[in-house]
This record gives sequence, structure tokens and C-alpha cells, in this order.
Amino acid sequence: MLEVDKDRARHAVQPQHAFLVTLKVNGEEHRLNVDARTTLLDALRDRLHLTGTKKGCGLGQCGACTIIVDGRRVVSCLTLAVMNQGKEITTIEGLANGALHPVQQAFIEHDAFQCGYCTPGQIMSAVGLIQEGRTRSDDEIRENMSGNLCRCGAYTNIVDAIKDAIAHGLDPREAMTQAVEAIAQDAGREA
Amino acid sequence: MVPFSYTSVADPQAAVRRTSEGHGVEFIAGGTDMLQLLQEGVRAPLELVDINGIGFDDVSVAVDGVRIGAMARLADVADHPVIRERFPVVAEALHESASPQVRNMATVGGNLLQRTRCLYFRDVATPCNKRVPGSGCPAIEGQNRINAVLGGSPDCIAAYPGDLAVALIAADAELMVVGPKGERTVLVEKLHRQPGSTPHVEAVLEPGDLITAIWIPIAAGGRLSHYLRVRDRATFEWALASAAVSLGFEGTRVLEARVAAGGVGTTPWRLRAVEELLVGRDLDRALAHEAGERAADGARGYGGNDFKIPLLKKTVTRALMRVGGISPGEPA
Repeated sequence: MLEVDKDRARHAVQPQHAFLVTLKVNGEEHRLNVDARTTLLDALRDRLHLTGTKKGCGLGQCGACTIIVDGRRVVSCLTLAVMNQGKEITTIEGLANGALHPVQQAFIEHDAFQCGYCTPGQIMSAVGLIQEGRTRSDDEIRENMSGNLCRCGAYTNIVDAIKDAIAHGLDPREAMTQAVEAIAQDAGREA
Repeated sequence: MVPFSYTSVADPQAAVRRTSEGHGVEFIAGGTDMLQLLQEGVRAPLELVDINGIGFDDVSVAVDGVRIGAMARLADVADHPVIRERFPVVAEALHESASPQVRNMATVGGNLLQRTRCLYFRDVATPCNKRVPGSGCPAIEGQNRINAVLGGSPDCIAAYPGDLAVALIAADAELMVVGPKGERTVLVEKLHRQPGSTPHVEAVLEPGDLITAIWIPIAAGGRLSHYLRVRDRATFEWALASAAVSLGFEGTRVLEARVAAGGVGTTPWRLRAVEELLVGRDLDRALAHEAGERAADGARGYGGNDFKIPLLKKTVTRALMRVGGISPGEPA
């Protein structure tokens, strides 16, 4: 039933399916063996046990698995672990530095979730959004948070939380810097 | 996911060599469509060749046009000041495409070759001539609300889902392609093939061919343009109908017209009848309606998608009025 099954036997190239990869997650390097098929999301959750990043649809439609790679928000279900070697990967676990990140704090203060399953993805997406500076109006925030679905319908409070995080001194240009510094300090403590 | 092997290449020539060696070797760039197809079992490549290391990810501006590297991400092209100022039809097609996360990942080259959203193509439990040649097309008499009303054949009515290719046709864009036989250019308008009796063959590209860049001639930047799409929800959704309009004016008289439609055809669909009707005439509300009526020439509905025929006409009319600075006014 698959498009190229009939050609499988004819393939002459020696396949390489297993890889020893180095993933730099929240400032820390991890070496692990992965199959070529392993998505970055599955590597984070099932291999590195960083289960803060949630698996929702696995098809890029819900945003629950949003993380930040090299300073940009992405969905970790639509990329392979082997494609992300050498990149700076930040997950929800890397955001807090003793105190919560301003976006995390604002989500709590504004009750910006109910069941909480989409929340790590919402928060990572909001951090990316604030850094992009696409927060000049409620409509712009809503449009640019459209990649993150919340089946509980906490959208109104999510918009309020994002505005509050900005209003309470989170300079858009510093949102990412704060996150990166928090990671560096964490790494320093552990070392 | 069926197991596959993986390699990464550092230049286009290596990518071409690798993929022209045998069947079942596919490129992966942004991966946003490929990963969906792998997860759903629609595709089962033997090997993926990662081309993220080849470069070709910048936008460069020359006196005679703009070159967009095929590996540039949708978000970067949408935000590029020259694209926004000179080719709004292209920037607007990219803005609000997919989600912000996907726009950060997906490449423009891959976007042009994204696969259809036809329910049957994406569901391996059903027949589909595009996925398994000769197995049949359940869409023709089945769930075809999102399917094509233009360009369908008895074997396939899958709609081409993208926006960027439609906008690029209105901007006279062409592609730089490198392949086993060397380099060549392909007009975006000529990239996609109508399904006919071979719906599994979607583009004029051959195994090993790699799109390296999109070229938009500066002439298109002298025209006024707009991209309008109509969707089931306000954002993060494919278009049911879209219109890319690019018009050159002398006063209110149309000197030059490029009009294309998306979401309605088996390929991005250039609307030559609309263009011919516009050229040489003063664009006013009446002409926008008259031209919109020609947008669905040759269209055929299959039941669930009948609504796309009037929707297409009104979408083209509305996009023409926007470019002509005509207020929408009362519905016609």
C-alpha cells in the first residue's frame, strides 16, 4: 500500500539507520543512540525523560510540543532528532532559573490554563512570540499564537498573560536572553 | 513509520548524486510535510537526504530581480523588507500560512512541492491513485468538499493546497533547478502537472532534480498586487479558494494582468481568461465582477465542492477590487 515498497529490494545503497547523536538541550550536551526515524520530540521525552514537552497530535497541528531551537519556536514533532545535532535546544524545563520565567509566572497569575496539557507549548510559543515582537495588539497576539490549540479554551487568559509578561518588564528583545542566561546559570550550578 | 536510512549533504551536487542513484531516496528540508507523511504511512522512503546543510537560504536583491534561496524559511521570506514592499502578493501568501512554528521550519522550496490534503491521499486505509497508482479515486463520489473544481481527471481531483506557488505565478517567478543533467530554469507556472491518468506524477522535476532558488523579476515589483484567501477558520488553515492578483496600471486602465487561483485546482491555476478580459480596460466595480465571473471557466463541481465555483468567482472579484482600490460596497 506504500508508494515505494516495490523498490525497496532494489535499493543498492547500504542503509544507515542508527546514529550516535549529540543533542544540546537546556545548555547540557547529551549523547544518545537514535534510530533515523526518531523525532526530536520523542528523543526529548522518551530518551532524555524531559517530559515537560507534550505530545499531542504528532502532526504539527496542535503546538503542544513547541520548543525553541536556535532561537526560534518550532514544533518538535515535525523534525528528526538526527537533524538537530549541534543546535541550541530549549525546552520548558530550561526556562525557569530558581524563580519562574516571567511568562510562566504570568500564566499562573492569569489562570491561563485549565487541564495544563497544552501549557508548556503555549509558554514556549509565547516566549518565541515576544522575542519576535509580534505583540502590538490583541489581534496580533492571537494570530501569532494560532499554532497552539487549547481544547479547554483558555485563550482569553493566555492573551492576558502574554500582555502582562510584557507589561511587567519583560523586554521583548530580552525574553530569549533571559532564558539563555537561566540555562547557563543552571548549567554552572550543576557543574 | 517504516524504517529508512538517513544521510546529510553539504552541497547541491552531492544531494543530486545521492538522490539520482536509486528509487526511494528523497530530500528532506524543513520536514514539516515529510514528517506528516511519514507519521501517517503515506510515504515510505528508503533513505532521506538532509539538504539543510547546502546553503541557498538567503534572499538577495539584484537590479533586475530578487533571488530567494530554496532553503529560506517561510517566516524569513514573509518578513523580508523588499518582498513586503515590492511583492506584497508573495508576502501576503506567506503571512498567516500554516502556523508561526511551521513558518520557522518550512522552506520555500519544499512548500512549492507540498502534497495534497485530499482526505483519501492522507488515509492509507483507503484507495488513492496518487498514492497507489491504479487503486481508484474515492473522492470523486465521496468526501470532496476540499477537492479541486479545475483540472480534475477521472483518476484524481486532489486540490493543490499551497499558497506560495499561486502568488509566484502572479509574480512571473521561475525556479533554478539543478539536476543530474546540469542546471536549468522552470517557470513556477510550469512546475506542476495536471493529474490526467498519472496523478502520482505531480511535477515536471525528475529524480535527482533539486530546486535551489526562486527568481522573481523586478518587473513584477512595479505592479500592484494582493493575495486573498478564504478559509474554514480565520488562520492556520488551507485555503478553500484564494486569488493572487498582480496588475500594472496607467491611471485606472489595466496595462498588464497576472491572476492565479489556489485551493480550487489540481495545480496552482493561472486565470488567463480573467487576465485577457482586464487588459486595456478601466478597472471599476463592474469590471471586477465581470472578470470574477470568468474565474471559474471550465470548472466542474463534484457535489461536496460545488460551493467552490461561486466562492472562486467572488474571491477573484474581491481581490481585484482590493488592488484597484475599489470599496467592496453592496454584494452583487
